[in-house]
Amino acid sequence: MTYTQLAVLAAAAAVLVDTVLLRTRLLRRRLYWTGYAIVLVFQLLANGILAGRGIVRYDPHAILGPRLAYAPVEDLLFGFAMVTLTLSVWVWLGSQGEDRPRAARRRRTAARARPGSATAARRVRRTDTRRSNTR
Amino acid sequence: MGRLSYLAVLAGCLLGTLPLEVWLGTRVYRRPRRWLLAVAPTFVLFVGWDLYATSRQHWSYDPRQTTGVLLPGRLPVEEALFFLVVPTCAILAFEAVRAVRGWPAGDEPGSAAEPETGAEPVSGAEPVSGAEPVSGAEPVSGAEPVSGAEPEP
Repeated sequence: MTYTQLAVLAAAAAVLVDTVLLRTRLLRRRLYWTGYAIVLVFQLLANGILAGRGIVRYDPHAILGPRLAYAPVEDLLFGFAMVTLTLSVWVWLGSQGEDRPRAARRRRTAARARPGSATAARRVRRTDTRRSNTR
Repeated sequence: MGRLSYLAVLAGCLLGTLPLEVWLGTRVYRRPRRWLLAVAPTFVLFVGWDLYATSRQHWSYDPRQTTGVLLPGRLPVEEALFFLVVPTCAILAFEAVRAVRGWPAGDEPGSAAEPETGAEPVSGAEPVSGAEPVSGAEPVSGAEPVSGAEPEP
């Protein structure tokens, strides 16, 4: 496969991760697009240096030809795929309670393993809080 | 700059985004577990892509502008670092926008993306129909332009 084909494939895969696999739906959020716009500016800058100075060199047969800031246009899709995949996983981890203390995470996982026991898990946590308050 | 050229570009990316963590409180490096877990899939997939691309000569690196330190698969160490540095910068930019504008990402506690807290009984807040005719009225659409424009996750 050429770089062009792989870049299109990767961008499409990243969209699928966000919409179907992890359901983070970042592509519908202005937070994502604003962040991406900022990253894009700096991508063009950094990529421009890498390609412009010839640090990275591209085979003319693997790309379409048009270039933006010295780098092949395929790099835009490459960057989009990389940023979208990363941010989707980042937000997904956050929605899974990755920031919470480990004990809370474990309790949450246990609650998920036994359907219908979420209420019980909550009750346990409230008891914990009460206990720690009296301590 | 010579053989440190590529490394210098990566260092520039990290130094340029460092103020976001220090002054905007993006808290990316201060959540190392989430940070590394978020970057890991991108790192693995894109290193794989890179190995394929360089084996097919889609692109190559100037040996005079890289350190010459090669990882297995003849992957320059700079290229591997690139796939750690750039995703990190993307997360920092994303969190910086969130810190400044306060727009939701969908991972906030209590958002629908978090089923457990989302299931927390909000029913108590539901006004009894007819009891408070004024507050029970439909909210005027667009009354909250910021949150109104966000799709319900």
